[in-house]
Amino acid sequence: MSRHEPWTPERASKIIAQHQDKKGATLPILHALQEVFGCVPLDAEPLIASALNISRAEVHGCVTFYHDFKREPGGRRTLKLCLAESCQASGGRALEKHACEKLGVEMGGTTADRRVTLEPVYCLGLCHSSPAAMLDTDVYGALDTERLDELLKEAQS
Amino acid sequence: MTRIYVSRDSGALCVGAEAVAKTLREEAKARGLDVEIIRTGARGMYWLEPLIEVETDQGRVGYGPVKASKVGDLINSGMLEGKPHETCIGVVDEFPWFKNQTRLTFANCGIIDPRSIEDYRAHGGYEGLKKAIEAGPKDIVEEVLTSGLRGRGGAGFPTGIKWRTVAETPPQQKYIVCNADEGDSGTFADRMVMEGDPFELIEGMTIAGIAVGATYGYIYLRSEYPHAFETLKIAIEEARKAGFLGDNIMGSGYAYDMEVRLGAGAYVCGEETSLLDSLEGKRGEVRAKPPLPAHVGLFGQPTIINNVLSLAAVPLIMAKGGEFYRDFGMGKSRGTMPIQLAGNIKHGGLYETAFGITLGELVDEIGGGTYSGRPVRAVQVGGPLGAYFPREKFDTPFDYEAFTAADGLIGHGGIVVFDDTVDMAQQARFAMEFCAVESCGKCTPCRIGSARGVELMDKIMADEDRASNLTILEDLCDTMKWGSLCALGGFTPYPVLSALTHFPEDFGATKKRLEAAE
Repeated sequence: MSRHEPWTPERASKIIAQHQDKKGATLPILHALQEVFGCVPLDAEPLIASALNISRAEVHGCVTFYHDFKREPGGRRTLKLCLAESCQASGGRALEKHACEKLGVEMGGTTADRRVTLEPVYCLGLCHSSPAAMLDTDVYGALDTERLDELLKEAQS
Repeated sequence: MTRIYVSRDSGALCVGAEAVAKTLREEAKARGLDVEIIRTGARGMYWLEPLIEVETDQGRVGYGPVKASKVGDLINSGMLEGKPHETCIGVVDEFPWFKNQTRLTFANCGIIDPRSIEDYRAHGGYEGLKKAIEAGPKDIVEEVLTSGLRGRGGAGFPTGIKWRTVAETPPQQKYIVCNADEGDSGTFADRMVMEGDPFELIEGMTIAGIAVGATYGYIYLRSEYPHAFETLKIAIEEARKAGFLGDNIMGSGYAYDMEVRLGAGAYVCGEETSLLDSLEGKRGEVRAKPPLPAHVGLFGQPTIINNVLSLAAVPLIMAKGGEFYRDFGMGKSRGTMPIQLAGNIKHGGLYETAFGITLGELVDEIGGGTYSGRPVRAVQVGGPLGAYFPREKFDTPFDYEAFTAADGLIGHGGIVVFDDTVDMAQQARFAMEFCAVESCGKCTPCRIGSARGVELMDKIMADEDRASNLTILEDLCDTMKWGSLCALGGFTPYPVLSALTHFPEDFGATKKRLEAAE
């Protein structure tokens, strides 16, 4: 059901090796790991540290600093609902409540069937068509309850 | 053959442009029509998206907003001949909202195919680079100084002075960094350039590289922009193939190459020094200045770090001369500003115009008031760190100095409109909360101040010892403003205090109390 691969240190080391020669390779490596495994597990940190010749603390500090990097994989699909000012001005808070109720999760949570993770996002740059959302990498704007319901259905399918 | 244009900008995709393009293609095939569908960037008139443009003898005739299910009907009623229809806006270039703008940076946006370097060149692309190569490094810097261009990221620092500082450092590895971490709510101009005219940015960065002797550049792009990422990667590859990036640009002997790097959801990385740390692979913590990035920047080397819009303005400045650009604008704010109309607004979009237009004209006339139809109560200008303005301040002209004088900032040029249902105390609380979540943690006023600010707002809203807590809030804002290391902690007081000053009733305070406090 998951779109991600199960964690193996061998696969992780291969991914790290593909990026480790870049300058400032930490973020590219973390993005690449998350792309494959759906998260950056704690076990990845010593591998990155040794490949980049930096301390494990530095890697840990970096992983935990950025909102994007997860410790555990989320649901099969990720729905990001924008809650920044422009979307607040256009009814985004009401949509947040609606989405939470419909999916039965809090913001940041994953549905029991592991299909959808609901996350807040602070600006998708679609403020001309607020409120906005992103399902994986597909963008949606000018949302109202009706359009959000369609989107939730799509996310759960 | 008829040419039809449909945008692939995220702002068009988010309201269904992909389905419209697909249906057009299918209908054309089924009816055996001889059409070519070209995917462009956005014109910036987002309330009309999905917008279909059809090439006619008069120019491109626009139809929008179009639903995919209505495409067949539109073809039946003569869309391909540019015939009238209820969704027809006439020739797009003559449409008043578009025509009345001064499009310099966005001249090609929505018109060309952003993935085609030939199309870019056919519309004047790489003329600036050609002139820059002829002029040489010293004269490029002079031209940018003459233009009066100021950093479009928000701080408004003169771009030419930044460039001169880097140019004057001894020859060594230098870098060009483009700040594409456009995190401010209400802004999307950078995204529009990157998705709609990416070669303009690439050309601007290449000119910057030649000007200061930098041979490599990075675009630091926020991860929330997957479509821009895709377009930039394609455009960089195209530029490389065509000899506009690499060891010998246009046969000039100059070398410059570049890549795109993705951020990871940290708002503070839009601050230039934290962006540099992030690019180096570290936590995105703010650096103390000095040293300036121009002296000790990326990987410790001299670095130009500019916003997307600043760099994208450069090709035109080189092609037409610094004086041409300088002749637009007012006072010390020269050239044009792409203003972004957002939030609860009828005509949401991008409006590029010379500095000097008033806030009221932008919101009421160009923006058409609120989308909800209710009265406008407040507008926030310049993102989450910008001040809230009430209607009484709508005569403020859009100009760096005028906004500073009105206790605000134009920032990256975003305007978010709120109607009369907004609770300004909630907005002030949100500003503190946002700062608390996004603080890099390096300096105490920002890290601790914002957390205390949220608590204070909760007490004020619950009417707990309100009068003295309001005094503490003002005190706290003063500490954050003057004691923070960067604009995140330093500017969070703008939305908080402007909300309190202009809308005291939402805080359970009276105007009189504040006047007495002054």
